[in-house]
Amino acid sequence: MAQTHGMVEKRGVGIWLTHAFMILGVLVIFFPIWLAFVASTVTQPEIVRPPMPLWPGDQFWENYSAALFSGVNVPVATMLFNSLVMALGIAIGKIIISLLSAFAIVYFRFPGRHVFFWMIFITLMLPVEVRIVPTFEVVAGFGMLNSYGGLIFPLIASATATFLFRQFFLTIPDELAEAARVDGARPMRFFWDIVIPMSRTNIAALFVILFIYGWNQYLWPLLITTDPEMNTIVMGIKQMFPSGDDVAEWPVIMATSILAMIPPVIVVVSMQRLFVRGLVDSEK
Amino acid sequence: MEKRVTFRGWMLPLLLIAPQVLVSAVFFFYPAAQAIWQSLFIPDPFGLSSQFVGLGNFEFLLGDKFYRAAFVTTAVFSLLVTLCSMIPALFLAVIADRLIKGSGVYRTMLIWPYAVAPAVAGVLWLFMFNTRVGVVSWYLGQLGYDWNHVLNGGEAMGLVVVASAWGRISYNFLFFFAALQSVPRSVIEAAAIDGAHFWRRFFTIVLPLLSPTAFFLLVVNVVYAFFETFGVIHTITGGGPQQSTTILVYKVFSDGFVGQDLGSSSAQSVILLVVVGLLTVIQFKYVEKRVHY
Repeated sequence: MAQTHGMVEKRGVGIWLTHAFMILGVLVIFFPIWLAFVASTVTQPEIVRPPMPLWPGDQFWENYSAALFSGVNVPVATMLFNSLVMALGIAIGKIIISLLSAFAIVYFRFPGRHVFFWMIFITLMLPVEVRIVPTFEVVAGFGMLNSYGGLIFPLIASATATFLFRQFFLTIPDELAEAARVDGARPMRFFWDIVIPMSRTNIAALFVILFIYGWNQYLWPLLITTDPEMNTIVMGIKQMFPSGDDVAEWPVIMATSILAMIPPVIVVVSMQRLFVRGLVDSEK
Repeated sequence: MEKRVTFRGWMLPLLLIAPQVLVSAVFFFYPAAQAIWQSLFIPDPFGLSSQFVGLGNFEFLLGDKFYRAAFVTTAVFSLLVTLCSMIPALFLAVIADRLIKGSGVYRTMLIWPYAVAPAVAGVLWLFMFNTRVGVVSWYLGQLGYDWNHVLNGGEAMGLVVVASAWGRISYNFLFFFAALQSVPRSVIEAAAIDGAHFWRRFFTIVLPLLSPTAFFLLVVNVVYAFFETFGVIHTITGGGPQQSTTILVYKVFSDGFVGQDLGSSSAQSVILLVVVGLLTVIQFKYVEKRVHY
Protein backbone atom coordinates (compact mmCIF):
# COMPACT_ATOMS: atom_id res chain seq x y z
CA MET A 1 0.00 0.00 0.00
CA ALA A 2 2.67 2.46 1.05
CA GLN A 3 4.42 1.96 -2.25
CA THR A 4 1.39 2.46 -4.42
CA HIS A 5 0.37 5.52 -2.45
CA GLY A 6 3.90 6.81 -2.05
CA MET A 7 3.95 9.53 -4.64
CA VAL A 8 0.72 11.27 -3.75
CA GLU A 9 0.61 10.57 -0.06
CA LYS A 10 0.53 13.52 2.29
CA ARG A 11 2.71 13.42 5.34
CA GLY A 12 2.91 15.35 8.57
CA VAL A 13 0.52 18.27 8.86
CA GLY A 14 -1.41 17.25 5.77
CA ILE A 15 -2.40 13.87 7.12
CA TRP A 16 -3.49 15.32 10.46
CA LEU A 17 -5.51 17.96 8.73
CA THR A 18 -7.19 15.25 6.67
CA HIS A 19 -8.02 13.28 9.82
CA ALA A 20 -9.32 16.45 11.45
CA PHE A 21 -11.67 17.14 8.53
CA MET A 22 -12.84 13.55 8.59
CA ILE A 23 -13.54 13.61 12.32
CA LEU A 24 -15.38 16.89 11.96
CA GLY A 25 -17.48 15.40 9.17
CA VAL A 26 -18.29 12.31 11.21
CA LEU A 27 -19.24 14.46 14.23
CA VAL A 28 -21.58 16.62 12.19
CA ILE A 29 -23.22 13.62 10.54
CA PHE A 30 -23.48 11.85 13.88
CA PHE A 31 -24.81 14.76 15.92
CA PRO A 32 -28.57 14.11 15.42
CA ILE A 33 -28.16 10.52 16.65
CA TRP A 34 -26.06 11.61 19.62
CA LEU A 35 -28.63 14.22 20.59
CA ALA A 36 -31.44 11.67 20.38
CA PHE A 37 -29.46 9.35 22.60
CA VAL A 38 -28.80 12.09 25.16
CA ALA A 39 -32.49 13.04 25.15
CA SER A 40 -33.37 9.42 25.84
CA THR A 41 -31.31 9.44 29.05
CA VAL A 42 -32.52 12.64 30.75
CA THR A 43 -35.76 13.78 32.36
CA GLN A 44 -38.61 15.61 30.66
CA PRO A 45 -38.00 18.88 32.62
CA GLU A 46 -34.38 18.90 31.45
CA ILE A 47 -35.59 18.91 27.87
CA VAL A 48 -38.49 21.34 28.05
CA ARG A 49 -36.27 24.00 29.64
CA PRO A 50 -33.81 24.59 26.81
CA PRO A 51 -31.03 24.28 26.18
CA MET A 52 -31.02 20.60 26.95
CA PRO A 53 -27.76 19.00 28.14
CA LEU A 54 -25.40 17.59 25.51
CA TRP A 55 -24.11 14.81 27.74
CA PRO A 56 -26.13 11.69 28.73
CA GLY A 57 -28.02 11.74 32.04
CA ASP A 58 -28.88 8.91 34.43
CA GLN A 59 -32.44 8.12 33.30
CA PHE A 60 -31.49 5.48 30.75
CA TRP A 61 -33.32 2.53 32.35
CA GLU A 62 -36.32 4.58 33.39
CA ASN A 63 -36.93 5.97 29.90
CA TYR A 64 -36.20 2.81 27.97
CA SER A 65 -38.30 0.57 30.21
CA ALA A 66 -41.12 3.15 30.12
CA ALA A 67 -40.95 3.05 26.32
CA LEU A 68 -40.57 -0.71 25.94
CA PHE A 69 -43.21 -1.82 28.43
CA SER A 70 -45.82 0.93 28.46
CA GLY A 71 -45.10 3.30 25.55
CA VAL A 72 -47.73 5.90 24.69
CA ASN A 73 -50.49 4.13 22.77
CA VAL A 74 -48.98 0.67 22.89
CA PRO A 75 -45.77 -0.78 24.37
CA VAL A 76 -42.81 -0.24 22.07
CA ALA A 77 -41.92 -3.91 22.50
CA THR A 78 -45.11 -4.75 20.58
CA MET A 79 -44.19 -2.35 17.80
CA LEU A 80 -40.67 -3.79 17.63
CA PHE A 81 -42.12 -7.26 17.23
CA ASN A 82 -44.48 -6.10 14.47
CA SER A 83 -41.60 -4.42 12.64
CA LEU A 84 -39.51 -7.55 12.94
CA VAL A 85 -42.27 -9.73 11.48
CA MET A 86 -42.85 -7.27 8.67
CA ALA A 87 -39.16 -6.84 7.79
CA LEU A 88 -38.43 -10.58 7.91
CA GLY A 89 -41.63 -11.38 5.99
CA ILE A 90 -40.75 -8.94 3.22
CA ALA A 91 -37.10 -10.01 3.01
CA ILE A 92 -37.69 -13.76 3.12
CA GLY A 93 -40.89 -13.71 1.06
CA LYS A 94 -39.34 -11.63 -1.68
CA ILE A 95 -36.20 -13.76 -1.80
CA ILE A 96 -38.16 -17.01 -2.08
CA ILE A 97 -40.58 -15.95 -4.80
CA SER A 98 -37.79 -14.25 -6.74
CA LEU A 99 -35.47 -17.25 -6.58
CA LEU A 100 -38.23 -19.49 -7.92
CA SER A 101 -39.34 -17.22 -10.72
CA ALA A 102 -35.79 -16.31 -11.77
CA PHE A 103 -34.97 -20.03 -11.94
CA ALA A 104 -38.04 -20.63 -14.11
CA ILE A 105 -37.20 -17.76 -16.45
CA VAL A 106 -33.54 -18.67 -16.89
CA TYR A 107 -33.64 -22.47 -16.98
CA PHE A 108 -36.83 -23.22 -18.89
CA ARG A 109 -38.41 -22.42 -22.22
CA PHE A 110 -42.11 -22.33 -21.60
CA PRO A 111 -45.05 -20.68 -23.35
CA GLY A 112 -45.56 -17.07 -22.32
CA ARG A 113 -42.07 -16.79 -20.86
CA HIS A 114 -41.45 -13.40 -22.41
CA VAL A 115 -44.85 -12.09 -21.38
CA PHE A 116 -44.17 -13.04 -17.77
CA PHE A 117 -40.72 -11.58 -17.97
CA TRP A 118 -42.06 -8.23 -19.10
CA MET A 119 -44.86 -8.40 -16.60
CA ILE A 120 -42.32 -8.67 -13.82
CA PHE A 121 -40.11 -6.07 -15.41
CA ILE A 122 -42.86 -3.45 -15.35
CA THR A 123 -43.31 -3.83 -11.61
CA LEU A 124 -39.83 -2.35 -11.21
CA MET A 125 -41.20 0.99 -12.19
CA LEU A 126 -43.99 1.71 -9.77
CA PRO A 127 -43.26 2.29 -6.08
CA VAL A 128 -46.07 1.57 -3.65
CA GLU A 129 -46.37 5.30 -2.94
CA VAL A 130 -47.81 5.81 -6.39
CA ARG A 131 -50.60 3.28 -6.18
CA ILE A 132 -51.57 3.63 -2.54
CA VAL A 133 -55.31 4.30 -2.87
CA PRO A 134 -56.22 1.29 -5.05
CA THR A 135 -53.76 -0.99 -3.24
CA PHE A 136 -55.37 0.05 0.02
CA GLU A 137 -58.78 -0.86 -1.43
CA VAL A 138 -57.53 -4.28 -2.52
CA VAL A 139 -56.07 -5.04 0.91
CA ALA A 140 -59.21 -3.75 2.64
CA GLY A 141 -61.31 -5.91 0.29
CA PHE A 142 -59.41 -9.01 1.39
CA GLY A 143 -60.01 -8.04 5.02
CA MET A 144 -56.26 -7.72 5.48
CA LEU A 145 -56.20 -4.35 7.26
CA ASN A 146 -54.36 -4.65 10.57
CA SER A 147 -52.77 -7.94 9.59
CA TYR A 148 -49.23 -9.07 8.87
CA GLY A 149 -50.32 -10.28 5.44
CA GLY A 150 -51.57 -6.79 4.61
CA LEU A 151 -48.28 -5.31 5.76
CA ILE A 152 -46.14 -7.75 3.80
CA PHE A 153 -47.72 -8.80 0.50
CA PRO A 154 -48.10 -5.46 -1.30
CA LEU A 155 -44.43 -4.75 -0.63
CA ILE A 156 -43.12 -7.98 -2.11
CA ALA A 157 -44.83 -7.26 -5.42
CA SER A 158 -41.78 -5.82 -7.10
CA ALA A 159 -39.15 -7.24 -9.34
CA THR A 160 -35.77 -5.97 -8.18
CA ALA A 161 -34.80 -9.25 -6.56
CA THR A 162 -35.98 -11.34 -9.52
CA PHE A 163 -33.73 -9.33 -11.80
CA LEU A 164 -30.78 -9.67 -9.54
CA PHE A 165 -31.11 -13.44 -9.38
CA ARG A 166 -31.72 -13.67 -13.11
CA GLN A 167 -28.49 -11.75 -13.76
CA PHE A 168 -26.65 -14.03 -11.40
CA PHE A 169 -28.11 -17.31 -12.73
CA LEU A 170 -27.04 -16.33 -16.23
CA THR A 171 -23.43 -16.36 -15.03
CA ILE A 172 -23.63 -19.93 -13.69
CA PRO A 173 -21.63 -22.10 -16.14
CA ASP A 174 -23.79 -24.13 -18.53
CA GLU A 175 -21.64 -27.18 -17.86
CA LEU A 176 -23.22 -27.55 -14.43
CA ALA A 177 -26.73 -27.77 -15.82
CA GLU A 178 -25.46 -30.04 -18.57
CA ALA A 179 -23.87 -32.41 -16.07
CA ALA A 180 -27.00 -32.42 -13.95
CA ARG A 181 -29.10 -33.29 -16.98
CA VAL A 182 -26.75 -36.07 -18.07
CA ASP A 183 -26.92 -37.47 -14.55
CA GLY A 184 -30.68 -37.46 -14.87
CA ALA A 185 -31.12 -34.99 -12.02
CA ARG A 186 -34.53 -33.41 -11.88
CA PRO A 187 -34.63 -29.62 -12.22
CA MET A 188 -35.57 -29.04 -8.59
CA ARG A 189 -32.65 -31.17 -7.43
CA PHE A 190 -30.33 -29.02 -9.53
CA PHE A 191 -31.98 -25.90 -8.11
CA TRP A 192 -31.60 -27.09 -4.56
CA ASP A 193 -28.13 -28.69 -4.74
CA ILE A 194 -26.32 -26.34 -7.14
CA VAL A 195 -28.14 -23.07 -7.71
CA ILE A 196 -29.06 -22.22 -4.11
CA PRO A 197 -25.62 -22.94 -2.61
CA MET A 198 -23.96 -20.92 -5.37
CA SER A 199 -26.30 -17.97 -4.71
CA ARG A 200 -25.61 -17.85 -0.98
CA THR A 201 -23.69 -14.56 -1.00
CA ASN A 202 -26.22 -12.89 -3.27
CA ILE A 203 -29.05 -14.07 -1.06
CA ALA A 204 -27.34 -12.72 2.05
CA ALA A 205 -26.54 -9.37 0.45
CA LEU A 206 -30.09 -9.01 -0.76
CA PHE A 207 -31.43 -9.98 2.62
CA VAL A 208 -29.59 -7.07 4.25
CA ILE A 209 -31.02 -4.57 1.77
CA LEU A 210 -34.55 -5.95 1.93
CA PHE A 211 -34.58 -6.16 5.72
CA ILE A 212 -33.77 -2.46 5.96
CA TYR A 213 -36.27 -1.64 3.23
CA GLY A 214 -39.00 -3.50 5.12
CA TRP A 215 -38.06 -2.18 8.54
CA ASN A 216 -38.02 1.44 7.37
CA GLN A 217 -41.43 1.42 5.65
CA TYR A 218 -43.61 4.29 6.78
CA LEU A 219 -46.51 5.21 4.52
CA TRP A 220 -47.91 1.73 4.01
CA PRO A 221 -48.10 0.72 7.71
CA LEU A 222 -49.48 4.19 8.44
CA LEU A 223 -52.42 3.48 6.15
CA ILE A 224 -53.29 -0.07 6.98
CA THR A 225 -52.58 -0.39 10.70
CA THR A 226 -55.36 1.56 12.36
CA ASP A 227 -55.13 -0.66 15.44
CA PRO A 228 -52.20 0.50 17.66
CA GLU A 229 -51.49 -3.16 18.46
CA MET A 230 -50.40 -3.60 14.84
CA ASN A 231 -48.31 -0.42 14.53
CA THR A 232 -44.73 -0.83 13.41
CA ILE A 233 -42.12 1.12 15.32
CA VAL A 234 -41.09 3.44 12.49
CA MET A 235 -44.65 4.66 11.91
CA GLY A 236 -45.57 4.39 15.61
CA ILE A 237 -43.15 7.12 16.72
CA LYS A 238 -45.19 9.79 14.99
CA GLN A 239 -48.31 8.46 16.71
CA MET A 240 -46.64 9.14 20.06
CA PHE A 241 -46.76 12.89 19.51
CA PRO A 242 -49.82 14.38 21.19
CA SER A 243 -52.30 16.27 19.07
CA GLY A 244 -52.98 19.85 20.06
CA ASP A 245 -51.03 21.77 22.65
CA ASP A 246 -49.90 18.98 24.95
CA VAL A 247 -46.15 18.68 25.35
CA ALA A 248 -44.62 15.60 23.77
CA GLU A 249 -42.96 13.11 26.11
CA TRP A 250 -39.57 13.65 24.55
CA PRO A 251 -37.43 11.21 26.58
CA VAL A 252 -39.75 8.29 25.76
CA ILE A 253 -40.13 9.35 22.12
CA MET A 254 -36.38 9.67 21.70
CA ALA A 255 -35.77 6.32 23.41
CA THR A 256 -38.22 4.84 20.89
CA SER A 257 -36.35 6.51 18.01
CA ILE A 258 -33.11 4.95 19.21
CA LEU A 259 -34.80 1.55 19.54
CA ALA A 260 -36.20 1.95 16.02
CA MET A 261 -32.76 2.46 14.52
CA ILE A 262 -30.85 -0.20 16.45
CA PRO A 263 -31.88 -3.30 14.43
CA PRO A 264 -31.14 -1.85 10.98
CA VAL A 265 -27.93 -0.25 12.23
CA ILE A 266 -26.77 -3.57 13.65
CA VAL A 267 -27.57 -5.29 10.37
CA VAL A 268 -25.75 -2.67 8.31
CA VAL A 269 -22.68 -2.34 10.50
CA SER A 270 -22.18 -6.05 11.26
CA MET A 271 -22.74 -7.10 7.66
CA GLN A 272 -21.01 -4.11 6.11
CA ARG A 273 -19.32 -6.02 3.34
CA LEU A 274 -22.51 -7.80 2.30
CA PHE A 275 -24.44 -4.57 2.64
CA VAL A 276 -22.17 -2.64 0.30
CA ARG A 277 -22.29 -5.50 -2.14
CA GLY A 278 -26.07 -5.71 -1.96
CA LEU A 279 -26.33 -1.98 -2.50
CA VAL A 280 -24.15 -2.08 -5.59
CA ASP A 281 -25.90 -5.21 -6.90
CA SER A 282 -29.42 -3.97 -6.44
CA GLU A 283 -28.75 -0.64 -8.13
CA LYS A 284 -27.02 -2.18 -11.12
CA MET B 1 -28.56 -13.30 -23.04
CA GLU B 2 -30.03 -16.79 -22.97
CA LYS B 3 -28.98 -20.10 -21.50
CA ARG B 4 -27.99 -22.75 -24.03
CA VAL B 5 -28.80 -25.56 -21.62
CA THR B 6 -32.33 -25.64 -20.31
CA PHE B 7 -34.64 -28.15 -18.73
CA ARG B 8 -37.66 -29.61 -20.44
CA GLY B 9 -41.26 -29.22 -19.42
CA TRP B 10 -43.61 -26.31 -18.96
CA MET B 11 -45.75 -27.29 -15.98
CA LEU B 12 -42.93 -26.91 -13.47
CA PRO B 13 -41.75 -23.46 -14.62
CA LEU B 14 -45.31 -22.16 -14.62
CA LEU B 15 -45.67 -23.47 -11.10
CA LEU B 16 -42.40 -21.83 -10.06
CA ILE B 17 -43.31 -18.47 -11.50
CA ALA B 18 -46.89 -18.58 -10.20
CA PRO B 19 -46.30 -17.02 -6.74
CA GLN B 20 -44.61 -13.96 -8.16
CA VAL B 21 -47.14 -13.56 -10.95
CA LEU B 22 -50.00 -13.93 -8.49
CA VAL B 23 -48.64 -11.39 -6.02
CA SER B 24 -47.83 -8.96 -8.85
CA ALA B 25 -51.26 -9.36 -10.39
CA VAL B 26 -53.22 -8.87 -7.18
CA PHE B 27 -51.14 -6.19 -5.49
CA PHE B 28 -49.62 -4.50 -8.48
CA PHE B 29 -51.41 -4.81 -11.80
CA TYR B 30 -54.93 -4.71 -10.49
CA PRO B 31 -54.30 -1.61 -8.30
CA ALA B 32 -52.34 0.09 -11.09
CA ALA B 33 -55.14 -0.56 -13.59
CA GLN B 34 -57.61 0.59 -10.98
CA ALA B 35 -55.67 3.85 -10.56
CA ILE B 36 -55.80 4.48 -14.30
CA TRP B 37 -59.50 3.62 -14.44
CA GLN B 38 -60.43 5.77 -11.44
CA SER B 39 -58.54 8.69 -12.87
CA LEU B 40 -61.21 8.91 -15.59
CA PHE B 41 -64.09 9.36 -13.13
CA ILE B 42 -65.35 11.80 -10.57
CA PRO B 43 -67.13 10.03 -7.70
CA ASP B 44 -70.14 11.79 -6.18
CA PRO B 45 -69.69 13.12 -2.63
CA PHE B 46 -71.38 10.06 -1.10
CA GLY B 47 -69.28 7.59 -3.04
CA LEU B 48 -72.39 5.89 -4.40
CA SER B 49 -71.84 6.49 -8.07
CA SER B 50 -69.27 8.11 -10.23
CA GLN B 51 -69.38 10.04 -13.43
CA PHE B 52 -67.13 9.43 -16.39
CA VAL B 53 -65.17 12.57 -17.16
CA GLY B 54 -62.53 11.29 -19.56
CA LEU B 55 -59.40 13.33 -19.12
CA GLY B 56 -61.29 15.88 -17.03
CA ASN B 57 -59.32 15.11 -13.89
CA PHE B 58 -56.06 15.66 -15.72
CA GLU B 59 -57.26 18.89 -17.28
CA PHE B 60 -58.35 20.08 -13.89
CA LEU B 61 -55.02 19.14 -12.31
CA LEU B 62 -52.93 20.86 -14.95
CA GLY B 63 -55.00 24.01 -14.48
CA ASP B 64 -54.97 23.75 -10.69
CA LYS B 65 -52.57 26.21 -9.14
CA PHE B 66 -52.07 24.01 -6.08
CA TYR B 67 -51.04 21.07 -8.22
CA ARG B 68 -48.69 23.16 -10.28
CA ALA B 69 -47.25 24.52 -7.05
CA ALA B 70 -46.68 20.93 -5.86
CA PHE B 71 -44.76 20.27 -9.10
CA VAL B 72 -42.52 23.26 -8.51
CA THR B 73 -42.09 22.30 -4.84
CA THR B 74 -41.09 18.77 -5.87
CA ALA B 75 -38.57 20.06 -8.39
CA VAL B 76 -36.98 22.46 -5.89
CA PHE B 77 -37.05 19.85 -3.14
CA SER B 78 -35.45 17.07 -5.21
CA LEU B 79 -32.80 19.37 -6.60
CA LEU B 80 -31.85 20.59 -3.13
CA VAL B 81 -31.89 17.10 -1.59
CA THR B 82 -29.69 15.81 -4.40
CA LEU B 83 -27.17 18.63 -4.06
CA CYS B 84 -27.14 18.60 -0.25
CA SER B 85 -26.51 14.87 -0.19
CA MET B 86 -24.04 14.55 -3.06
CA ILE B 87 -21.67 17.43 -2.39
CA PRO B 88 -20.88 16.62 1.27
CA ALA B 89 -20.66 12.93 0.33
CA LEU B 90 -18.14 13.64 -2.41
CA PHE B 91 -16.15 15.86 -0.08
CA LEU B 92 -16.04 13.17 2.64
CA ALA B 93 -15.19 10.46 0.13
CA VAL B 94 -12.28 12.50 -1.26
CA ILE B 95 -10.92 12.99 2.25
CA ALA B 96 -11.43 9.33 3.20
CA ASP B 97 -9.70 8.27 0.00
CA ARG B 98 -6.57 10.20 1.01
CA LEU B 99 -6.29 8.23 4.23
CA ILE B 100 -4.57 4.92 4.17
CA LYS B 101 -5.26 4.08 7.78
CA GLY B 102 -8.57 4.51 9.51
CA SER B 103 -10.84 4.92 6.52
CA GLY B 104 -12.62 1.71 7.56
CA VAL B 105 -13.50 3.17 10.95
CA TYR B 106 -14.79 6.38 9.41
CA ARG B 107 -16.77 4.42 6.87
CA THR B 108 -18.45 2.40 9.59
CA MET B 109 -19.41 5.59 11.39
CA LEU B 110 -20.63 7.28 8.23
CA ILE B 111 -22.97 4.50 7.10
CA TRP B 112 -25.10 4.68 10.24
CA PRO B 113 -27.51 7.31 8.95
CA TYR B 114 -28.36 5.13 5.95
CA ALA B 115 -29.93 2.60 8.30
CA VAL B 116 -32.10 5.27 9.94
CA ALA B 117 -35.59 5.31 8.43
CA PRO B 118 -36.59 8.60 6.75
CA ALA B 119 -39.45 8.95 9.22
CA VAL B 120 -37.09 8.49 12.19
CA ALA B 121 -34.63 10.95 10.62
CA GLY B 122 -37.58 13.34 10.44
CA VAL B 123 -38.21 12.95 14.18
CA LEU B 124 -34.51 13.51 15.00
CA TRP B 125 -34.31 16.71 12.99
CA LEU B 126 -37.68 17.90 14.22
CA PHE B 127 -36.34 17.46 17.74
CA MET B 128 -33.27 19.58 17.04
CA PHE B 129 -35.27 22.36 15.43
CA ASN B 130 -38.43 22.13 17.51
CA THR B 131 -39.65 25.67 18.17
CA ARG B 132 -40.08 25.02 21.90
CA VAL B 133 -37.38 22.57 22.95
CA GLY B 134 -35.00 22.27 19.98
CA VAL B 135 -31.34 22.72 20.79
CA VAL B 136 -30.40 24.20 17.43
CA SER B 137 -33.38 26.56 17.33
CA TRP B 138 -32.58 27.66 20.89
CA TYR B 139 -28.99 28.52 20.00
CA LEU B 140 -30.19 30.26 16.85
CA GLY B 141 -32.47 32.27 19.11
CA GLN B 142 -29.49 33.23 21.26
CA LEU B 143 -27.80 34.47 18.10
CA GLY B 144 -30.84 36.61 17.44
CA TYR B 145 -32.38 34.44 14.74
CA ASP B 146 -35.98 33.50 15.36
CA TRP B 147 -36.38 30.01 13.86
CA ASN B 148 -39.94 28.91 13.20
CA HIS B 149 -40.46 26.29 10.53
CA VAL B 150 -44.10 25.94 11.61
CA LEU B 151 -44.88 29.37 10.18
CA ASN B 152 -42.05 30.04 7.76
CA GLY B 153 -42.32 28.06 4.52
CA GLY B 154 -38.68 28.60 3.53
CA GLU B 155 -37.41 27.30 6.85
CA ALA B 156 -39.78 24.34 6.63
CA MET B 157 -38.40 23.50 3.21
CA GLY B 158 -34.82 23.85 4.47
CA LEU B 159 -35.51 21.51 7.34
CA VAL B 160 -37.15 18.74 5.28
CA VAL B 161 -34.34 19.03 2.72
CA VAL B 162 -31.61 18.62 5.32
CA ALA B 163 -33.43 15.79 7.10
CA SER B 164 -33.96 13.97 3.77
CA ALA B 165 -30.41 14.54 2.54
CA TRP B 166 -28.81 13.44 5.81
CA GLY B 167 -29.27 9.66 5.39
CA ARG B 168 -28.45 9.88 1.70
CA ILE B 169 -24.99 11.28 2.45
CA SER B 170 -24.04 7.80 3.68
CA TYR B 171 -25.34 6.15 0.56
CA ASN B 172 -23.63 8.57 -1.81
CA PHE B 173 -20.44 8.41 0.22
CA LEU B 174 -20.22 4.62 -0.25
CA PHE B 175 -20.56 4.90 -4.02
CA PHE B 176 -18.17 7.83 -4.37
CA PHE B 177 -15.64 6.15 -2.11
CA ALA B 178 -15.75 2.91 -4.12
CA ALA B 179 -15.36 4.90 -7.36
CA LEU B 180 -12.41 6.85 -5.98
CA GLN B 181 -10.69 3.68 -4.85
CA SER B 182 -10.86 2.34 -8.38
CA VAL B 183 -9.21 5.39 -9.97
CA PRO B 184 -5.86 4.03 -11.22
CA ARG B 185 -3.05 5.26 -8.98
CA SER B 186 -0.64 5.35 -11.88
CA VAL B 187 -2.63 8.11 -13.59
CA ILE B 188 -2.67 10.19 -10.42
CA GLU B 189 1.04 9.66 -9.89
CA ALA B 190 1.87 10.61 -13.45
CA ALA B 191 0.03 13.88 -12.93
CA ALA B 192 1.78 14.37 -9.61
CA ILE B 193 5.16 13.92 -11.28
CA ASP B 194 4.16 16.56 -13.81
CA GLY B 195 3.68 18.87 -10.86
CA ALA B 196 -0.11 18.96 -10.72
CA HIS B 197 -1.16 19.74 -7.16
CA PHE B 198 -4.03 18.02 -5.39
CA TRP B 199 -6.96 20.19 -6.48
CA ARG B 200 -5.72 20.38 -10.03
CA ARG B 201 -5.45 16.58 -10.15
CA PHE B 202 -8.90 16.38 -8.64
CA PHE B 203 -10.63 18.60 -11.19
CA THR B 204 -8.78 17.43 -14.30
CA ILE B 205 -8.46 13.69 -13.66
CA VAL B 206 -10.49 12.39 -10.76
CA LEU B 207 -13.73 14.28 -11.32
CA PRO B 208 -14.11 13.25 -14.99
CA LEU B 209 -13.49 9.63 -13.97
CA LEU B 210 -16.18 9.98 -11.34
CA SER B 211 -18.78 11.36 -13.70
CA PRO B 212 -20.51 8.01 -14.46
CA THR B 213 -20.94 7.41 -10.73
CA ALA B 214 -22.10 10.97 -10.21
CA PHE B 215 -24.68 10.68 -12.97
CA PHE B 216 -25.96 7.40 -11.61
CA LEU B 217 -26.27 8.90 -8.13
CA LEU B 218 -28.03 11.94 -9.55
CA VAL B 219 -30.81 9.80 -11.00
CA VAL B 220 -31.07 7.57 -7.93
CA ASN B 221 -31.21 10.53 -5.57
CA VAL B 222 -33.90 12.26 -7.58
CA VAL B 223 -35.97 9.06 -7.47
CA TYR B 224 -35.36 8.92 -3.72
CA ALA B 225 -36.42 12.54 -3.22
CA PHE B 226 -39.57 11.96 -5.25
CA PHE B 227 -40.81 8.81 -3.59
CA GLU B 228 -39.06 7.89 -0.41
CA THR B 229 -39.15 11.14 1.51
CA PHE B 230 -42.80 10.89 2.44
CA GLY B 231 -41.88 9.89 6.01
CA VAL B 232 -39.68 12.96 6.50
CA ILE B 233 -42.35 15.36 5.31
CA HIS B 234 -45.18 13.67 7.19
CA THR B 235 -43.29 13.72 10.49
CA ILE B 236 -41.81 17.23 10.24
CA THR B 237 -44.25 19.50 8.43
CA GLY B 238 -47.26 17.53 7.26
CA GLY B 239 -46.89 19.33 3.94
CA GLY B 240 -47.23 22.78 5.49
CA PRO B 241 -47.09 25.63 6.18
CA GLN B 242 -49.53 26.62 3.40
CA GLN B 243 -48.53 23.57 1.37
CA SER B 244 -44.98 24.88 1.02
CA THR B 245 -43.56 21.37 1.53
CA THR B 246 -46.30 19.42 -0.26
CA ILE B 247 -44.47 17.35 -2.84
CA LEU B 248 -46.34 15.28 -5.45
CA VAL B 249 -46.32 12.01 -3.50
CA TYR B 250 -47.54 13.81 -0.42
CA LYS B 251 -50.39 15.31 -2.41
CA VAL B 252 -51.48 11.89 -3.68
CA PHE B 253 -51.76 10.89 -0.04
CA SER B 254 -53.42 14.02 1.27
CA ASP B 255 -55.94 14.30 -1.58
CA GLY B 256 -56.70 10.59 -1.63
CA PHE B 257 -56.81 9.72 2.07
CA VAL B 258 -57.36 12.98 3.88
CA GLY B 259 -59.39 14.78 1.23
CA GLN B 260 -61.08 11.60 -0.10
CA ASP B 261 -60.89 12.93 -3.65
CA LEU B 262 -60.24 9.60 -5.35
CA GLY B 263 -60.51 10.76 -8.96
CA SER B 264 -57.95 13.48 -8.53
CA SER B 265 -55.67 11.32 -6.40
CA SER B 266 -55.74 8.56 -9.05
CA ALA B 267 -55.02 11.02 -11.83
CA GLN B 268 -52.05 12.25 -9.80
CA SER B 269 -50.89 8.64 -9.42
CA VAL B 270 -51.04 8.22 -13.18
CA ILE B 271 -49.01 11.39 -13.74
CA LEU B 272 -46.44 10.15 -11.23
CA LEU B 273 -46.41 6.82 -13.03
CA VAL B 274 -45.35 8.62 -16.19
CA VAL B 275 -42.65 10.47 -14.26
CA VAL B 276 -41.30 7.23 -12.77
CA GLY B 277 -41.40 5.65 -16.21
CA LEU B 278 -39.24 8.45 -17.62
CA LEU B 279 -36.78 8.26 -14.75
CA THR B 280 -36.54 4.48 -15.13
CA VAL B 281 -35.84 4.79 -18.84
CA ILE B 282 -33.05 7.27 -18.12
CA GLN B 283 -31.65 4.96 -15.48
CA PHE B 284 -31.72 1.93 -17.79
CA LYS B 285 -30.22 3.75 -20.73
CA TYR B 286 -27.35 4.61 -18.50
CA VAL B 287 -27.07 1.18 -16.89
CA GLU B 288 -26.94 -0.46 -20.30
CA LYS B 289 -23.99 1.71 -21.19
CA ARG B 290 -22.23 0.81 -18.00
CA VAL B 291 -22.77 -2.91 -18.51
CA HIS B 292 -21.31 -2.83 -22.02
CA TYR B 293 -18.13 -1.14 -20.90
